[in-house]
Amino acid sequence: MGNEESVFFSRVLTELTLSFHIIYATIGVGIPLMIMIAQWVGIKKQDEHYILLARRWARGFVITVAVGVVTGTAIGLQLSLLWPNFMELAGNVIALPLFMETFAFFFEAIFLGIYLYTWDRFENQKKHMLLLIPVAIGASFSAIFITMVNAFMNAPQGFDIVNGQLVNINPILAMFTPAMPTKVAHVLSTAYMTSAFVLASIGAYRLLKGSNHIYHKKALLLTMKIGLIFSIATAVIGDFSGKYLAEYQPEKLAAAEWHFETEEGAPLMLYGVLDDGEVKYAIKIPYALSILAHSNPNAEVIGLDQFPEDEIPPLYIHYLFDLMVTIGMWMTALSLIYVLGTWFKMRFVSSKWFRWLIVLGGPLSIIAIEAGWWFAEVGRQPWILRGIMRTEDAATSSGQVDLMLLLFAGLYLVLAIGSIIVLTRMFRKNPVEQELADRELEKEGELQ
Amino acid sequence: MTLEIIGISVLWLFLFGYVIVASIDFGAGFFNAYSLFRGKQHILTRIIQRYLSPVWEVTNVFLVFFFVGIVGFFPKTAYYYGTILLVPASIAVVLLAIRGSYYAFTTYGGLRQKRWTYLYGLSGLFIPASLSIVLTISEGGFVSETSAGLELDYWALFTSPLTWSIVVLSIAAVLYISAVFLTWYANKANDEPATELLRKYALIWAVPAIVTATGIIVELRDHNPEHFSRLMDLWWLFGVSFILFAGTVYLIWKRKLYGLAFGLLTGQFFVAFFAYGISHYPYLLYPHLTIYDGFTNEAMAIALIIAFIAGLGLLLPSLYLLLRLFLFNKDYVQGKRDDHA
Repeated sequence: MGNEESVFFSRVLTELTLSFHIIYATIGVGIPLMIMIAQWVGIKKQDEHYILLARRWARGFVITVAVGVVTGTAIGLQLSLLWPNFMELAGNVIALPLFMETFAFFFEAIFLGIYLYTWDRFENQKKHMLLLIPVAIGASFSAIFITMVNAFMNAPQGFDIVNGQLVNINPILAMFTPAMPTKVAHVLSTAYMTSAFVLASIGAYRLLKGSNHIYHKKALLLTMKIGLIFSIATAVIGDFSGKYLAEYQPEKLAAAEWHFETEEGAPLMLYGVLDDGEVKYAIKIPYALSILAHSNPNAEVIGLDQFPEDEIPPLYIHYLFDLMVTIGMWMTALSLIYVLGTWFKMRFVSSKWFRWLIVLGGPLSIIAIEAGWWFAEVGRQPWILRGIMRTEDAATSSGQVDLMLLLFAGLYLVLAIGSIIVLTRMFRKNPVEQELADRELEKEGELQ
Repeated sequence: MTLEIIGISVLWLFLFGYVIVASIDFGAGFFNAYSLFRGKQHILTRIIQRYLSPVWEVTNVFLVFFFVGIVGFFPKTAYYYGTILLVPASIAVVLLAIRGSYYAFTTYGGLRQKRWTYLYGLSGLFIPASLSIVLTISEGGFVSETSAGLELDYWALFTSPLTWSIVVLSIAAVLYISAVFLTWYANKANDEPATELLRKYALIWAVPAIVTATGIIVELRDHNPEHFSRLMDLWWLFGVSFILFAGTVYLIWKRKLYGLAFGLLTGQFFVAFFAYGISHYPYLLYPHLTIYDGFTNEAMAIALIIAFIAGLGLLLPSLYLLLRLFLFNKDYVQGKRDDHA
């Protein structure tokens, strides 16, 4: 296998692992917060339903965490196995957040084990809920530290290269790159948003499939409210991300927006097709790109004409970007309508077709996460470390990457099928009506 | 003490932690599968599920900590070992995935299938085998550095007696460590039949563990004389280790003080593991890479050590809480409590 093939298969394998891992990772970051909110509401309102909600979510969550641990270990090792040259450099400069991530995860894993196995062990429910705080903190900090590494790849700083040698290394500066604040905030808020919409999707599905229990209605309203809050946050952060890109990675923004010529008062292109370098059939919003990039309709936005041909990312990222933004907007609108509709007691929010839209929102949110990460990663190409190391120079020289790709593809297939079967079985075998009835019986037993 | 030494000591300590906790986990899975095969599953399953289920993710983090830490402290290992280990490490990841999915699907998810239990049990033997190959490679003689990059000579690796002795040692050690620990745990749970069965396993596996360990030292004399002579300089440490080993076997044999027996066993492996590690110094990979030319810059090393100390301050109390709730809590160990979500 020539080196070009090694690079190609290394990219495919990394993309496969990350695309699979990010589903579990996103859920893993977001769900602990949802469980915590549900349990807190349950304790506050003295409402058994919310407590049971927390408990059932926790039961499903542990399965996604277990798979996430596995895929996370895979990507952690693959970084060194597939990109040894990059990791040698990265190890020198950005190892600190990677190292701290393992601590954050360690912390999370310990308290998750305790939390799961101590339901009903404490007299005071609040004490049990407190155990979830380190889980949620650990999960979110894992995301923060890992995203710091990704931010570093987009806007490397904290070192100098003199005659091919790394000098003046400052690990703290490398962690706090200009890309860091918007990226970290975006990853966190979309993880919470996606988790809320995935859970909402499950609740809506149960309601559609015959169970008209108030439990599911409470779950649905709670998750849609949380989803709405975080989708608004995501939109605000998205605006800041645009400004970051315009300032520090203009080629990424320009490629995503098909903005070829540097100009003032730049319009925003949505969708469309490229025909010989001409944008056709696109929805054109005048001045919108200038506003996104600089908060000023007349500001100048740098176009792709400012960059050499071999430093421009693939132009298909335009569609990834549009897909991500469209789904984000759609989910914001959907949850806003649902929450308002519920407040004003409008009938249509509990109609079948509306609930199907909410069901659809779960998978759509996951697609938005995927599109977002593909955009983030492909949009940085040809660089693995922007401006410093090209992806093709970072890959392994090993000739067996294609075999490993098959091996891992098989593994992920088994894991995907397994987690779907187990999760559906778990909740089908023990429907919430059954469990509520069981708990009633148990309580009566204790009173006697 | 130089920063290099501090770095490698921290990593070696975590690897030792992984060896112990993972061995318990791997061996337990194997004994569980074996007793299912022999139709005696009821004896062990309960013990294993009670201890392992809450802690397995913690076990896995020890390994992640080690390989993330070594790239942090010694970035050149990413280049050397990253290039060489693509295949063995990928296989180990897939095997680890089988274990993780066993917990996810069988223990948490209620998917009870014999196939998973067998796969889970066997993976517990193959993981130490595939991971221990790294130790063999680190002894040198299997890697060549050419202009095209690094090349691992699989043929030489898999025909070397050293490789296979280390593989056998890793498996025997896993089963031995696990059996001793579980004897203690079963005894705490007042589970007489399980204690007897595990005690028998502990005594059986003590023999191959000590024989292969001795054999490997002899084989190193031919394979890597430099390492061998440094091992010999530390003969007294191996002597201490052997005395601790004898103590463990004696206590298990006499059915006395199982807790102390496990303590002695930990001591035995600690001393031997560090004696091996010290004698390996200064090489990370014979003869290509030492801890000095593979070390990171000073700023990063200090940052990592500070992060490590802060992290430990957070972890040790949490680990203590975990152990107190699941390992040292009588009600839980004896199965009187089950508060799973």
